[in-house]
Amino acid sequence: MPRVVRYLAWRLLQAIPIVAGIAVFNFMLLQFAPGDAADVLAGEAGGATPEYIAQLKARFGLDQPVPVQLGKYLWNVARLDLGFSFRHNMPVVDLILSRLPATLLLMGAAIVLAFSLGVLLGVTAARHVNRPLDTIISVGALLAYATPIFWIGLMMILLFSVQLGWLPSSGMRTIGADLTGLGYVIDIARHLVLPATALSLFFMALYTRLMRASMLEVYSLDYVTTARAKGLTERRVAFKHVLRNALLPMVTMLGLQIGSMLGGSVLVETVFGWPGLGRLAFEAVFQRDNNLLLGILLLSSVLVVFINVVIDLTYARLDPRIEVG
Amino acid sequence: MKDFLRRFARNKAAIGGVVILLVVIALALLAPVLYPDSPWDMVAEPFLVPGADRAHPLGSDMMGRDLAAGIFHGARVSLVIGIVATLVALAVGVTIGAIAGYYGGWVDNALMRVTELFQTIPAFIFAIVLVSIFQPSVTSIVLAIGTVSWPPVARLTRSEFLTLRSREFVQACITIGMGDLRIIVLHVLPNALAPIIVTGSLMVATAILTEAGLAFLGLGDPNVMSWGTIIGAGRDVLRTAAYVTAIPGIAILLTVLALNLVGEGLNDALNPKLKNR
Repeated sequence: MPRVVRYLAWRLLQAIPIVAGIAVFNFMLLQFAPGDAADVLAGEAGGATPEYIAQLKARFGLDQPVPVQLGKYLWNVARLDLGFSFRHNMPVVDLILSRLPATLLLMGAAIVLAFSLGVLLGVTAARHVNRPLDTIISVGALLAYATPIFWIGLMMILLFSVQLGWLPSSGMRTIGADLTGLGYVIDIARHLVLPATALSLFFMALYTRLMRASMLEVYSLDYVTTARAKGLTERRVAFKHVLRNALLPMVTMLGLQIGSMLGGSVLVETVFGWPGLGRLAFEAVFQRDNNLLLGILLLSSVLVVFINVVIDLTYARLDPRIEVG
Repeated sequence: MKDFLRRFARNKAAIGGVVILLVVIALALLAPVLYPDSPWDMVAEPFLVPGADRAHPLGSDMMGRDLAAGIFHGARVSLVIGIVATLVALAVGVTIGAIAGYYGGWVDNALMRVTELFQTIPAFIFAIVLVSIFQPSVTSIVLAIGTVSWPPVARLTRSEFLTLRSREFVQACITIGMGDLRIIVLHVLPNALAPIIVTGSLMVATAILTEAGLAFLGLGDPNVMSWGTIIGAGRDVLRTAAYVTAIPGIAILLTVLALNLVGEGLNDALNPKLKNR
């Protein structure tokens, strides 16, 4: 176990320059943004005297030279102080942390759905390669891969909420229902079905295609021929011998896709009114809340780094040849 | 080249992609001819169902704007933004990847760190931030999509250059005293071009999806009508007039599908050994 801990510490140490780099980048973007916090506040108040603006600038340290401001900004980021959202009247970090669980729930559900169904469909297609079942799965994956995530979300609302009335179309829980225990969980699960499915479709298609290709590649290896030669059934060869090795590229892909899934969740959360990070980003754009927007950018990058460390640990478990450390 | 064309032509899916793509290009080219007026103009009664009026075959939206005009002009926006953003990404990615792979050492190290940094930031959120800070316009959207999509190109180009760098013909070029720039552009790059072209064609598809997503969120150029913008507006009338949302979505789906099919066709034709994978 201490080995894993040491590895974790080392990986997190490695992440520091990346996070610092993104923070510097954020600061540069803030410099480019038209109008600073003082201008925004003054605008809010419906105009202000030049003296008042100067006073505000001094209070936020905006009158100091840029390198000093950068140093202060980095120091603040290091202490997890990402500034204040004047729109929500709340520190940016608190605001983001309050919305994070909803996004993690949505993404977790979408990943599980996309990964498990992607593996299943990919294995099925590979076992029936160039036969009708393979064609059906491959065409379906091709279509899902080209479908805009927000559009399929709207179409699902149309079918399942408006036409059939099976599932709620927006939000995370029924307002005013005041549920507890199992009822509460079921209520959230019912709200989760449509957004999680919409978010997972693109990734499911990606995993199906990758899994099919990966299975076919492993099928051509000598050890598979040996397994068949000893008289094992096709099912056993597929699930016991090929699947495990074919899974490795899938895990790598999972790590690469975390960032893209976070981006997709902005669209899905906007479509379904899911109260997560993505919806918050959408609001920040419209309220011109740059502090909040850049805070989301920074913390979502940190999230990508963090999830990738977790995935690397999973990788080492799947393939004993890879050692952690 | 002849072999390549024959292999590509034998791929039915890729030919299907080319046909759809030609239709989309035709839409884009015909937009100013068939619909010379702005697609934002209110030309019909609102909520005209598709097929009800022959003058407006795809119907009209809640403001009485002709949906067909929106689809034609949207094709222009999608293709132009998709292609130009990809060219920007290719220019940045190939340059960085070529320098990193050719020179190696600390240059490679530094450039790959930067690439890693850009790859860590979630691309779509990054694009949202860039477009929103620099105000939505065709230029800012193109630059934002280019900025978030170059890292994979840089990695690909670098790995191609790394293997080509040690080949004899490159060594020969160095021996006869050829300049680095000339070796990189005239001798190494042409040999690395095939996989870069395949990646590029698939990137156009991703760029079109990204543009549609930005426009859907209201971050499209307010002066041009994009398919994503129509969906974003149509969303408010989803329950009563679903066709306003459905039609542009199908247009995006088909265009992206066509580009993916063409990209895969190119890939199979350029690497015939990998066929059927």
